[in-house]
Amino acid sequence: MELYSHTIHEAHEMLKKREISAVELTKSVCDRIDRVENKINAYVTMNKEEALVSAEAANQRYKDGTAGPLTGIPLGIKDVICTKGLRTTCSSKILGNYIPPYDAMVMTKLREAGAVIVGKTNMDEFAMGSSTEPVWTGPTRNPWSLEHISGGSSGGSAAAVAADECLGALGSDTGGSIRQPAAHCGVAGLKPTYGRVSRYGLVAYGSSLDQIGPITKDVTDLAIIMNSISGYDPQDSTSVPREVPDYTTALTHGLKGIKIGLPKEYFISGIDPEVMAAVKNGVTELEKLGAEVLDVSLPHTEYVVAVYYVIAPAEASSNLARYDGVKYGFREKSPANLMDMYYQTRTNGFGPEVIRRIIMGTYVLSAGYYDAYYKKASQVRTLIRQDFEEAFKVCDVLVTPVAPTPAFKIGQMTDDPLQMYLSDIFTLSANMAGIPGMSVPCGFSSAGLPIGMQLMAGHFKEETLLKVGFNFESATGFHKQKPARQ
Amino acid sequence: MKISRAEVEHVAKLARLSLTEDQYAVFTPQINNILEYIEKLNELDTANVPPTSHAIPLSNAFREDEVKPSIGLDLTLANAPEKEGSTFVVPRVI
Repeated sequence: MELYSHTIHEAHEMLKKREISAVELTKSVCDRIDRVENKINAYVTMNKEEALVSAEAANQRYKDGTAGPLTGIPLGIKDVICTKGLRTTCSSKILGNYIPPYDAMVMTKLREAGAVIVGKTNMDEFAMGSSTEPVWTGPTRNPWSLEHISGGSSGGSAAAVAADECLGALGSDTGGSIRQPAAHCGVAGLKPTYGRVSRYGLVAYGSSLDQIGPITKDVTDLAIIMNSISGYDPQDSTSVPREVPDYTTALTHGLKGIKIGLPKEYFISGIDPEVMAAVKNGVTELEKLGAEVLDVSLPHTEYVVAVYYVIAPAEASSNLARYDGVKYGFREKSPANLMDMYYQTRTNGFGPEVIRRIIMGTYVLSAGYYDAYYKKASQVRTLIRQDFEEAFKVCDVLVTPVAPTPAFKIGQMTDDPLQMYLSDIFTLSANMAGIPGMSVPCGFSSAGLPIGMQLMAGHFKEETLLKVGFNFESATGFHKQKPARQ
Repeated sequence: MKISRAEVEHVAKLARLSLTEDQYAVFTPQINNILEYIEKLNELDTANVPPTSHAIPLSNAFREDEVKPSIGLDLTLANAPEKEGSTFVVPRVI
């Protein structure tokens, strides 16, 4: 078995026993990247030289006995997370030359843990999208089928993990951007509770929805990264002062006493029959493992897409006002005057989906429309949040599909934004309610594309999700399948 | 039509974007489709529903007002498209 194909916990065991060195592991991953990256396009910026320096330092920590579970582990970081001294572009021309002068809090934590950063992964521009088809950096291809999308917006992170171009990755999730690409690429992904992980240094999209989380080869690795990145940070006033448990202690066998709710609004016609069958088989499997299954209702589900596409663009239009060509990033050359510089820089620096969302968001926030759109959507958001509160009175975990279909083809949806937005229907609600959501592989379509099952739980119940996911993958083994050798 | 070509142009201007005719031709119907879909929210009576701006109940996040080190002038200016001495340079305003 090649070193790059290991999980984080397997590699850590081998490093600890000195069967391999951190430098060998990083070199193996870099060689793998050299071999497959021209087909996948998972990365925007590589960081191989610095990665080898970190790997040397990690070797020393294994000798010193100060190594932890992430020491010497090669990771990919979504290009929306600021990395000091390493270009961070959000896959956008407007940040094409931006080198952050500081680290995001998650990066500070990962560096302290001794992780090796191999590169910055591709994404939908500014995380706006579900397919990782940014104009500026080009699409990331699905390692299971190169004509298909990798999902989005953290498609580069999910594809890099699936193609063994890193051992694990960080993504960010505003409406499904960790869970959906994880599902489409056959890997595990966790969007934590809002406030669990600091957003300091995460380039803002929809600030009331954004959350950083891990994408990995199995559930144990999700728990390991969560242990490292979680926790209160005074630099993010929305992070929650609450103790961080050892998430790996949740990984115990048996689901007796766990109540699984199936929201009937998430099992509807229009879902691809193979997706439906795979998720239902997954539910049967959970039942066999001792869980009790019951039907529940989330009655406001049909309004989720409409609420999201008011709130997220509104917050985005405000957050993206900062890109003006003055202090950093791209500036269009030779403008006639200051106002012309703003216009030219923004119009030529942003891609079409970002421009569409800025216009939408500016419109719904503009004079005379605020009550009709933003306030209305925020009120319906309350109803959606209350649906979950009711459901979690009778069950511990909700199980649903992640996406209504397996990955679609590259270019298939780019002309019809509303159709693309509707494909997010099952993942948006967790962000609206601030609850944690997870995706685990639960089967394959007849065309060989991975299918994911979504698990959602109440605020700060990540341990319950990890326990259920761990039991599921241990029993089914879908996560062990790999795409055909590239 | 929920939003006219002229309104899209007005909003684009508010957001400091200057689109081409081709872009208006594409974006105006797309944004209309989305806004028509959003109309769905009016099916619900929300007169007595408080808005949610934040999903996790947190009241004011206070901290001590302490002076801490900053990143300094060089790093602050390092990404500037144009700079001079200790300042960012922009086209002439007045």
